[in-house]
Amino acid sequence: MISFVLAWIARLVSGATVKWTAPLVPNRQRVYFANHASHLDFVLIWSALPPIMRARTRPVAGSDYWGKGVIRRYISTKVFNAILIERAGAAGSASHAKESINAIANGMGADNSIIVFPEGTRSMNGEILPFKSGLFHLCGLKPELELVPVYLANMNRILPKGEVLPVPLIGRVIVGAPMRYEAGEDKAIFLARARDAMLALKAQ
Amino acid sequence: MRFFHTTLGTLVTGVLALLVVASIVGFVLSRSAKSDQARATVSNLNARIRAWWVMVAVFGVAVGTGGVGSIILFFLMSFLAMREFLTLTPTARADHAAIFWAFFIFAPIQYVLVWMQWYGLFAVLIPVYGFVAITSRMALSGDTERFLERTATVQWGLMACVYCVSHAPALLMLQIPGYTGNGATLLFYLVLVAQFNDVMQYVWGKLVGRKPVAPTVSPNKTWGGFLGGTATAVAVGTALYWVTPFTPLIAAVMSLAITLLGFAGGLVMSAIKRDRGVKDYGTLIEGHGGVLDRIDSLLFAAPVFFHLIRFFYVP
Repeated sequence: MISFVLAWIARLVSGATVKWTAPLVPNRQRVYFANHASHLDFVLIWSALPPIMRARTRPVAGSDYWGKGVIRRYISTKVFNAILIERAGAAGSASHAKESINAIANGMGADNSIIVFPEGTRSMNGEILPFKSGLFHLCGLKPELELVPVYLANMNRILPKGEVLPVPLIGRVIVGAPMRYEAGEDKAIFLARARDAMLALKAQ
Repeated sequence: MRFFHTTLGTLVTGVLALLVVASIVGFVLSRSAKSDQARATVSNLNARIRAWWVMVAVFGVAVGTGGVGSIILFFLMSFLAMREFLTLTPTARADHAAIFWAFFIFAPIQYVLVWMQWYGLFAVLIPVYGFVAITSRMALSGDTERFLERTATVQWGLMACVYCVSHAPALLMLQIPGYTGNGATLLFYLVLVAQFNDVMQYVWGKLVGRKPVAPTVSPNKTWGGFLGGTATAVAVGTALYWVTPFTPLIAAVMSLAITLLGFAGGLVMSAIKRDRGVKDYGTLIEGHGGVLDRIDSLLFAAPVFFHLIRFFYVP
């Protein structure tokens, strides 16, 4: 119930229209990966999904923000059933990152999809940052996953990093065609391919 | 239904009758269209007519309530228009607070002033206090890159979408001797002539339009459309003199002012769209584009119409 209200608010504030560039089959385990500019992002993507898919889609969020405080913790874990991970940060070690990937894979189980932001943090100016390697390592564990690029337009203007109050400009959610990790694909090549697929949606 | 026995009710009934005729014509055309291009044009025409039913219903109800409904409707239109405008034009990260003020401080206060009928502050809020506040706030943000362009963009959006548009419901605050309590009728008259001019320019343009008035700005605005539309709208505006405080001659002059300024408003907003590489400001109204695409003809017409009446009719 609260999730529906929040999704409605996110849609109202962002005025977002949703554009599907390719049909998606329901009931398939997939990773929606999107550019990240605002705290509204995951709610907005979640609200763009058909209700039947929402119930099985868990956002992946940094526990350093979404795990702090009663309200944030309630919204992230109870309302949206988020998978909270500790972000590696600059001093993050390899074992630390591995732990996070395992936590995500466990959280996905056999039939949950996830929403991730592979840039790892919110972009300041709307430019898309290089992808962190989490997406690659997750595909190593679960190579069968369908990877769906999502481009969020204008969210960096609606609620930029560091601002508390949103302005009512019009956002857009553009959902791309699913792609897959190809066995043995090089990490840098794969991440660049995924990023390009997301960037290509910008022109849609 | 006492409403339909008033002057305003008669006007609304007339517009509804016009829509019935338009819908029938649209239906007949959809049966007779042969080529793909003709079918696309007729399909867009019928989408526009369908949207007109909704817009007339909303506007009719709002104006029918007298003051408050009209003020709320125009506030919402201003808000949505500015949303479309500022989405389309580039702003920077540092403009966030100023844009927030434009939407949530200046736009609401402007319409509260219309409601309070506080003309003195209504007339200067945005050009004076808005001008000072928006530019100062953006300077405080510290980003000087393209500073003049950015401040001008936000200021312009507020002027066009809020300040100019608010002059339409502000007609309700004018106390015209022998015409008191009829502000809503005057508002309906303004919107009717301006929008009818738009429609007629479109129709004449499709029928006899050849040479564009300003080819680099809008290839759809042709001399044929302009002259035919202006003549038709002025004729209707003159024929409706009896709902206004004007004599027939003055009604003709006022209608001419509304149509010429409506054309100018549409042209200026087209120039901005063309510069930004889009055809419409939004997608909210099927067949028409966004709210701003629909009300661009009121931007210049509303304040000038308001001040003409205020100057010549309000003691």
